[in-house]
Parts: sequence; C-alpha cells; structure tokens
Amino acid sequence: MSGVTFAERRAAMGFCLHCWTTLLLLAFLVWASFAYLSLDLSRLFSAESGRGMLQFVLRFFPPDTSAEFLRKIAKGTLETLAISAIGTLLAAGAGLLLALPAAGRLGSVLKAVTRFLLNALRSVPELVWAALMVLAAGLGPFAGTLALALHTAGVLGRLFAESLENTPPEPARSLAESGAAPALAFLYGTLPAITPQLIAYSLYRWEMNIRMATVLGFVGAGGLGQMLYYELSLLHEAQASSVIIAMLALVVLVDAASAWVRRRQMRPGG
Amino acid sequence: MASSLQQPRLRDPDALRRAGWALLALLALWPLLLIAEFRPAELFDARNLAVMGGFLGQFFPPNLSGDFLAFVLKATMETLAMATAGTALAMLLAVPLGLVLTHSLSVSRIGPAPDRGAGEALRALARMTLLLLRGIPELVWALLLVRAFGLGPAAGVLAIALTYGGMLGKVYAEILESGDTRPARALLESGSGRLMAFFYGLLPGAGQELASYTIYRWECAVRASVIMGFVGAGGLGQLMDQSMKMLNGGEVSTILIVFLLLVLLADALSVFLRKLLA
Repeated sequence: MSGVTFAERRAAMGFCLHCWTTLLLLAFLVWASFAYLSLDLSRLFSAESGRGMLQFVLRFFPPDTSAEFLRKIAKGTLETLAISAIGTLLAAGAGLLLALPAAGRLGSVLKAVTRFLLNALRSVPELVWAALMVLAAGLGPFAGTLALALHTAGVLGRLFAESLENTPPEPARSLAESGAAPALAFLYGTLPAITPQLIAYSLYRWEMNIRMATVLGFVGAGGLGQMLYYELSLLHEAQASSVIIAMLALVVLVDAASAWVRRRQMRPGG
Repeated sequence: MASSLQQPRLRDPDALRRAGWALLALLALWPLLLIAEFRPAELFDARNLAVMGGFLGQFFPPNLSGDFLAFVLKATMETLAMATAGTALAMLLAVPLGLVLTHSLSVSRIGPAPDRGAGEALRALARMTLLLLRGIPELVWALLLVRAFGLGPAAGVLAIALTYGGMLGKVYAEILESGDTRPARALLESGSGRLMAFFYGLLPGAGQELASYTIYRWECAVRASVIMGFVGAGGLGQLMDQSMKMLNGGEVSTILIVFLLLVLLADALSVFLRKLLA
C-alpha cells in the first residue's frame, strides 16, 4: 500500500473537488440573485398574501361567455391568425430573397453583409420589434405583422441559406451548361429540390408565430393580446379570463393540427 | 436544313397549373390582408415618417453618458438576477412534478400494484398541471402577476418560475424515461423506495443531460426576463419600454446593444458550462 497519493485516495472515495466547488458557486449565485432583488420569499408565500392571491384568482371565475363578447374573441382570434399568417408569408419571401446572397451566390462581400443583417433581425426579440413597429405604423395588427415579418425573416433567411448551401449543385449546373440563363437554372434546377424543406421550415415558424402573435398585442400590436391587455387594464377579470381561455384553446388546436399534419406526412404514399 | 435546328419555344407544362394555384392563394390571402389591416402606405404617412425618422436618427450616436450607463448596468444585473432566481424556483417546482410524472419510477408499470389507479390519477394530475403552466405564455403570466404583485422584478421571477417549471418538469420526465431505465427498474423490483431508485438508479446516468437542459433554459430565461420588462417586471426590458415611450432613440440604441451583448454572454456561458459538464 505504498505510494497511494492523496489525489488517488480522494478519487477512489468518489470525491470530486471541482464538482463540489461548482455546486457551491451556483448555490451562492442563486442566493445572491434573491438577495439582490430583495425578494423575501417567506413574505411572498405568507398566509396573508396567499389569501390576497386567492381573492385575486377568484375574481377571474366565472369567465364571460356572453354572445357579444364571444364575437369579439372570435374577431381577435381571426386577427391573431391573420397577423401570424401574413407575417410568416412576408418573412418567407424576404428570407428567400436574402438567402441567395447569404449562401454566397452573389459574392463574399454580400454574403457577409446579408449574414450580419439576418443575425441582427433574428437577435432582436419579436416583442421589441413590435414596440418599434407600433412607433412606425401606429397601434393595431399591422405593427404586429411587420414585427413578426422582420424577426422571422432573419430566422427563415438563415435556415434557407443553410438549405441552399447544402443542396447539390449538379442539377442547376447541368442546366446552365446546356445553355439555360442563370435565373432559370436556379428556378428549375435548385429550387424544386429545396422547396419541401423551405415549406417545412415556414410552417414550423408559422406555428410558433401564432403563439407569438397572441402576446404581441401587449404592446399594442393587435389580436388577442391587445384584447387581454385592454380588459386587464380596465380590471375586467371575467373578460380577461375568457381571452386567456381562448389563447389556450388556440395553442392546443394548433398543436393538434400540426401533429395531425405530421402524422399524415409520415404515412406511406400520403 | 436550317429550320430543323430551330427549336420551338418550349413552355413549362406545369406553368398553367401553378398559376391557377397561385391565383387561388391570392384570393384566399385577400380577406387575411384586410383582417390584419395591412396598409403599407401607412409606413410612409408623413406623421409616422417624422416620428420614426426622428427616433431612428437619434440611434447614432448611442447614449453613453455615465449616469445612463449606471442605470443600464443596474437593470442588467436585475435581469440576470431575475433569470437566475426564476430558474431556481422553476427547478423547485419541476423536480417533484417531473419525478411524479416519469414512467421510469412507476411501480405499476412493472407489474400489478395495489394502488395503480391512484398512481395513474396522480400522474394525470401532474401532467395537466405542467400543461397549464406551459400553455399559458410567460408574458401572460407576467402581466397577471404584475397586476397581483405590482410593478417590479418579483412578478417576473414568479412568471419565469411558473412557465419554466412547466417546461422543465415535462423535459425532466422525458429525459428520465429516455435513458437506461434498467438500474432503476431493478431497484424498484427489489423493493427500494422510488426516491432511492431515482438517486441511485436514474440520476447518475441522466444527471448530465438534466443539468445541460437546465442551463439552456437559464439562457432562455435571460431573454425572457428582458421581454417581461415590457409589461412592468423590471430589468432591462422596463428600461427599454420607458425609453421608447419617451422616443429617446439614443437610450434605446444603447439598451439594444447591451441586450445583444448580454444574450451573447449568456450563450457563451451556457456553452462553456455545458462543455464543463461533459
């Protein structure tokens, strides 16, 4: 038993020094966060604040189900769907246009510039875009559409550029060598091969955008979000809970629809 | 001889069908455009242009005065603290719910058990709770909690805790099911308690993936904390909302730059921590 070092003995005991120091550091950071925010959790979960919360929550039931308000909710839902659909459509078009230089087909300078532009569009969150677009286009669903279009153009543009880069160049090249114009070689050689991928990405983003469109209204960009913000500001909790239920129902329906579409695509011959 | 070399103008045989579908799509698009109040001309309306132009014009140079930067730094620390505290509380919520939900710790899955009905009912309840927590967008939670707790980061922390607790709980349960469940099953079959089966059977194998996903969620929480500020939950977002409402382009551009740097930093930190775990 000679020559067993301290490190070997420690390792045999299963003691990992840097694991424990990392854990302690994380625990300290979590405690520091609570302390910095002066969040007194015990006060937050006290009996008195619990009673206050219960009273607050009870004001939300029963939700308002009058025919007139349901009509408003239907209109808001249609508005949300329209915002997401048009926003995603515009984004797909802009994304495809930007993907061409971003994939390097128009030179490396344009590639760097477009990549930077796409990153900038992607990094700014949709809500911030919505607040900016409300300044540019006024309150209402148009601002929401523009916000979704700008942010999603960045996302889709990058995804499309990657698809373009990964597609085999042979079909377009053989068309070009047989005498086709470059634009036609692209349209008939490259585009049909990547169209299913482009459509899949766009549909996926549309699904996420429907979720996003419901909350963009909080800064005034229309749809169910604007309705919820409005009702809560007037302390109409019953109406607000109807809107929240509608939002939940919309998300659940969209989830179910996309799962159904995906299952149909998986079926052989479907 | 020359005429046989002249090719007739070849037409795309599919062109007419495609044009038909395009026309149909445009017809379906029209009512959507009306509902979304799509009026591009409004972007170029004189008043809107003046407002937007003036605002954008102030973007350069960004406001780098000492006073304002101090505000921004304080707001950034608040945002980071919100994200960390929120994720910690989310874990507190997610771990018990995830453990209840996961099939790997379900005794009734192994063989007949006396309280199978109660177990299934509890699992269904946990699943529905997690669905409700996840399904309501975090911004809606933030708005409601601001109404309940007032302006400030407390609402943001709780909103992140609730939403991310739902997301973490579901993913924890799935991670525990997707790994090698035989050690845990062997322990359960020999009569160990479920908690011990988790600690000795599932955690050693799944621990790294659990931690990795939690760190990724923390990074998302940083972005979410900024966004929640727009409905009054404090941090960088509230500062940006205030500056935008005052049409102060210089301040907004500073905050945007700081936000982009913060997101980059959080992303780098998350990648580093996840590599450390591997």
